[in-house]
Amino acid sequence: MTDILNAIVALSNFVLIPGAAYGAQLALGALGVTLIYGILRFSNFAHGDTMAFGTMATILVTWGLQSMGISFGFLPTALIALPVGIAITGLLLLGTDRAVYRFYRKQKAAPVVLVIVSIGVMFVMNGLVRFIIGVGDVNFADGARFVINARQFREMTGLDEGLAIRSTTLITLITAAIAVALLFWFLNKTRTGKSMRAFSDNEDLALLSGINPERVVAVTWLIVAALATTAGVLYGLDKSFKAFTYFQLLLPIFAAAIVGGLGNPLGAIAGGFVIAFSEVLVTYAWKKVLEYLLPENLEPSSLVQLLSTDYKFAVSFAILIIVLLFKPTGLFKGQSV
Amino acid sequence: MAEPHLIGEAMTGGYGRGADILHGCTLSVDKGQIAVIVGPNGAGKSTAMKAVFGMLNLRSGSVRIGGEDITHLSPQDRVAKGMAFVPQTSNIFPSMTVEENLEMGAFLRRDDIRPTIEQVYDLFPILRDKRRQAAGELSGGQRQQVAVGRALMTQPSVLMLDEPTAGVSPIVMDELFDRIIEVARAGITILMVEQNARQALEIADTGYVLVQGCNAYTGTGAELMADDEVRRTFLGG
Amino acid sequence: MTARGYLLYAGMALLIVLTGFVQGWNLALTILNMGLISAIMSLGVNLQWGFAGLFNVGVMGFVALGGLAAVLVSMPPVAEGWNAGGLRLLGALALGAAILVAAVQVWKRKIGGRMRALVMLALLIGGFFLFRASLDPAVNAIEAINPSLSGYLGGLGLPIIIAWPVGGLLAAGAAWIIGKAALGLRSDYLAIATLGIAEIVIAVLKNEDWLSRGVKNVVGLPRPVPYEVDLQRDPGFVEAAAGYGLDPVTASTLWVKILYSGLFAVVLIAILFLAQRALASPWGRMMRAIRDNEVAAAAMGKNVTARHLQVFILGSAVCGIAGAMMTTLDGQLTPGSYQPLRFTFLVWVMVIVGGSGNNYGAVLGGFLIWWLWVMVEPLGLWAMELITSGMSPDSWLRAHLTDSAAQMRLMTMGIILLAVLRFSPKGLMPER
Ligand SMILES: Nc1ncnc2c1ncn2[C@@H]1O[C@H](COP(=O)(O)OP(=O)(O)O)[C@@H](O)[C@H]1O
Ligand SMILES: [Mg+2]
Repeated sequence: MTDILNAIVALSNFVLIPGAAYGAQLALGALGVTLIYGILRFSNFAHGDTMAFGTMATILVTWGLQSMGISFGFLPTALIALPVGIAITGLLLLGTDRAVYRFYRKQKAAPVVLVIVSIGVMFVMNGLVRFIIGVGDVNFADGARFVINARQFREMTGLDEGLAIRSTTLITLITAAIAVALLFWFLNKTRTGKSMRAFSDNEDLALLSGINPERVVAVTWLIVAALATTAGVLYGLDKSFKAFTYFQLLLPIFAAAIVGGLGNPLGAIAGGFVIAFSEVLVTYAWKKVLEYLLPENLEPSSLVQLLSTDYKFAVSFAILIIVLLFKPTGLFKGQSV
Repeated sequence: MAEPHLIGEAMTGGYGRGADILHGCTLSVDKGQIAVIVGPNGAGKSTAMKAVFGMLNLRSGSVRIGGEDITHLSPQDRVAKGMAFVPQTSNIFPSMTVEENLEMGAFLRRDDIRPTIEQVYDLFPILRDKRRQAAGELSGGQRQQVAVGRALMTQPSVLMLDEPTAGVSPIVMDELFDRIIEVARAGITILMVEQNARQALEIADTGYVLVQGCNAYTGTGAELMADDEVRRTFLGG
Repeated sequence: MTARGYLLYAGMALLIVLTGFVQGWNLALTILNMGLISAIMSLGVNLQWGFAGLFNVGVMGFVALGGLAAVLVSMPPVAEGWNAGGLRLLGALALGAAILVAAVQVWKRKIGGRMRALVMLALLIGGFFLFRASLDPAVNAIEAINPSLSGYLGGLGLPIIIAWPVGGLLAAGAAWIIGKAALGLRSDYLAIATLGIAEIVIAVLKNEDWLSRGVKNVVGLPRPVPYEVDLQRDPGFVEAAAGYGLDPVTASTLWVKILYSGLFAVVLIAILFLAQRALASPWGRMMRAIRDNEVAAAAMGKNVTARHLQVFILGSAVCGIAGAMMTTLDGQLTPGSYQPLRFTFLVWVMVIVGGSGNNYGAVLGGFLIWWLWVMVEPLGLWAMELITSGMSPDSWLRAHLTDSAAQMRLMTMGIILLAVLRFSPKGLMPER
C-alpha cells in the first residue's frame, strides 16, 4: 500500500505536476498562435520571440521594482511587473501591425506571404531582445521557492517519496487558469469578443454586419500580447529566461495549436496539455515508479526512459504527424484556410 | 410614376479589373413589395445583388434608396441606410450560437435588441428552440432561417436575399416563401434571387429575367408566367 | 541574365574585392567560400519555394544531414567499435526499419478502421521496446570504447568529396519521408513539419554518440585539399610564394582557401546549370504552372502532390550537398552550432532578397546576405563606437551598446527582409 502511495507521489512529483505547469505554459502560447491564425489568418513565426520580448520587458520592470525595494512578499515581483510588461508588448505588437502587417492586410496578401513577413519580424524581435538583455541565462524568480518541499512532505506524510510543489508551478497553474477564464469570458460574453469570433468565423459577413476589422485586429494583438507575455513570464519563472529557448518553444506551441485545431481556442488548451504530458511521459525515467510498483525480481535495471530528454521535440512532432494523418483539422475542429 | 423605394439603374460593372459582367442592368422594387430575379446560372444575378449592395464598383449607373443616391456608399454605410443582405453562400457565423448570430446582425445597433430577437423567433419559432446551438450544426433550412434572421436584426427597410432556398427540401422551401411574404407584409421591401423560378414568380410583384448581365424580360410575376417565351426558356415549358 | 543582373553581380564581386583590400584577403576568401556554399543552399530553397511554392523551414536539418554524411564517409572506421557492437547495432536498426515498414503496411491495408489503428499502434509500441532492447546494449558497448577520443563507429574512410553527393542522398531520403507525410496538407503544416524534422535531426546528432560522437563533436575530418603545413614544407610552393612576395604561411593559408573556392565554384556552377535547365524544361514550366494555380493544374490532371514530392526531394538534396561541403570546409562536425536562425531562416532571407523564382537571384542573395552577415558585426561595432563616442568611457550605456553590437546581425537581417518584402517583393533579380 505505501508502495503504491510512494509511486503515486513520485509520479505526481516528476510527471503530473511539472507536466501540468508546462502544459499550462504551452496552452497560453498556443492560444496566442491560434487567435492570430483565426483573426489574421497566418501562422505567426514571431510568436516565440514575442513571448521572449514580453518576458524581457517584464524582467526589466521587475529589476526596476527590485531596485526601488519593492517586492511582492512570498510571490515573485515579476507578477507586479507583468501588467506593465503586457502593456509594453501590446504597444510593440500594435506598432508592428501598423508598420508591417497592415500593409499586407490591405493588399489581401496570401497567408504564406504573411508567414514570411512574420519571419522578418521574428528576426527583428529576436535581435531586439538579444540587443537589450543579451543572450545569457537570466533568473528573475524571487519570493518563496517552495510551497512545500520534499523534506517537509516526507515528514508530514511519513512516506519515502517527497512531493515538492514549487511556488512557480502553483503560480503558473493559477495564473494560467485566470488568464484562460478571462479570455473565454471576453470571447463569449462581451460584444467585442463576440465580434472577434464572428470575424474569425466569416470575415465577409462580419464586414456586412458592420464589424470594424481594424478594431478587431488591434484588440487581437493586445490579447496576444497579454497571452504571450504571461506565457513567457510563467515559463521564465519556472525555468529561466534565455532568448534562444523561447524561439525553440515555437515548435511545441505550434504543435499544440495544430493538434487542437488551428483557430480554435479550446483546442489550443487541450493541445497544450496533450503535447506537454506526452513530452514528459516519454522522456521521464520510469525506474523509480516501477520499483515501487513491481515485485523485487521484476524491478528494472535500466532507467526505463523511453527517449532521452533531448528528443522532446520528436514527441511534439510525432503527435503532430499522427493527428494530421488521422484528423487533419485537429482534435477540435479548426479552420482550414 | 413615383420613384420606387429601391432602384439599381443601368448598372454596368464587374469584379476588380475584370471584364464587365453587368451591362446596363436595372432592378427596382416598390415599398413593401417583392421583386424576384430569375435567370440561368452565371447570368450575373448574384453580381447584380452585390452591385446593389455596394460590394463591387460600378462603372456606370446608380443605386438609390428612397430617392437618395447611395451609389458611392460602402456596404456598411448601406446597412445604416436600412438595407440588409443575405449572401448566397457562407451567410452565417457557423461556430457561433443562433442567438449570437442574431446579435452580430445587430452589431451596429446601440439600442435594446431584445424585442427584435423576439420578433425573429416569432417569425422562425424553431430558432428559439435552437438559440444556444452553434448555427453550423443546424440543417440547411434552419441555417437559411438564421441567415434571414441575422439580416432582419438591423430592422431594415429593404431585405435582399440571394437564393434563400438553395439546397433545402420542397416543404421547407414553401415554409420559407411563406415567411418571406410575411416579412413583406410587415412593410419590408424584398429583392431576391431565386432558382425555383416558378414558385418565386408566383409570389413576386415584379419579376426580372436576367441573361448575361442584361434585363431580358421584365414584368409582374403573373405576366412573366404567362409569357410563352419566358416559360419555354426559363421555366421549362 | 539581364543587364541589371550583370551589374548586381559585378557589384557583389566588387564588395568582396574591396573587403580583400580593406580587411585582408584571408577574410575575403573566407567570405567567398561560405558565400559559395550559401549560394548552393539558397538554390536548394529556391527550387522548392521559387519553383513550386513549397514552404520548407527545415533547411537546417538537411544541411546537418549533409554534415553527418561528411563524417560517415570520410572518417576512418573504428575497428574496436565495430567489434564491440557494430553488427548488433546494424541489426537493431534494420529491425527498427522493418517495424516501421510493417506498421505502414498495416496502415495501407483496407481492414476495419479501428482494428487497423489498434494493430498499428500495438506494432509500433511493442516494436519500439523491442527496438530499444536490441539497440541499447550495442550502443552502450560502442560508446564505452575510448569515449574521450572515439566512442563511435567511425566512417568508411573514403575521400571526403564523396560525402558531398552522399549528403545529398541522405537529405533526399529524409525529404522523402517528411514529404510523404506532410505534402498535400496545407502549407503551414508543411512548414511546421519541416521545422520539427530539423530539430529532430539536430537532436539525433547531439544524442547518438555512436553515430557521430554527439556533442563531443567529430574533429579533424580529412580534407580534399592539402594541409597548410605540408605546403609550407614543400620547397616548390615556398619558392612560388616568394615569387608573389608572400611569406609561406600567408601563402599556404590563401592557397588552401583558393583551392576550396575552386571546388565549391565547380559544384555551384554545376547545380546552377542544372537548375537553369530544369527551370526552362517542360518539367519546370509545369512546376510553375502548379505553383501559380494549383487548383487549375490539378483539374488538368497533373498529379500535384507527386510533383511537389519530386521538387521537395531535389531541393533538400541540394541543401544536403551544401551541408556536406560546409562541414568539409570546417573540418569538423559540431551539432551544437546548428541554429535555425542561421541555417534555415537566413537562407530564406537570401532567397527572398535575391529574388525567389530566379536562380541567379538566389545565388546573388546567397553571396550578398552572407557578406552582410559577416560584415554587420564590424560595421555595427564601428557604428556603436561612433554613437557612443560622446559618452563617458566608463558609462554603463556605452559598455552595453558596444557589447551588444554583435547582436545587431539578426535585427539587420530582419529589417532587410522586411524592407525587401515591402518595397521590392520580387527581390533584387525578379523572376521576370
Ligand atoms: N468573385 C468573383 N470574381 C470574378 N468573377 C466572378 C466572381 N463571382 C462571379 N463571377 C463571375 O461572374 C459571372 C456571373 O456570376 P454570378 O453573378 O454568380 O451568376 P449567378 O448568380 O447568376 O449564377 C460568372 O461568369 C462568374 O464566373
Ligand atoms: Mg448566384
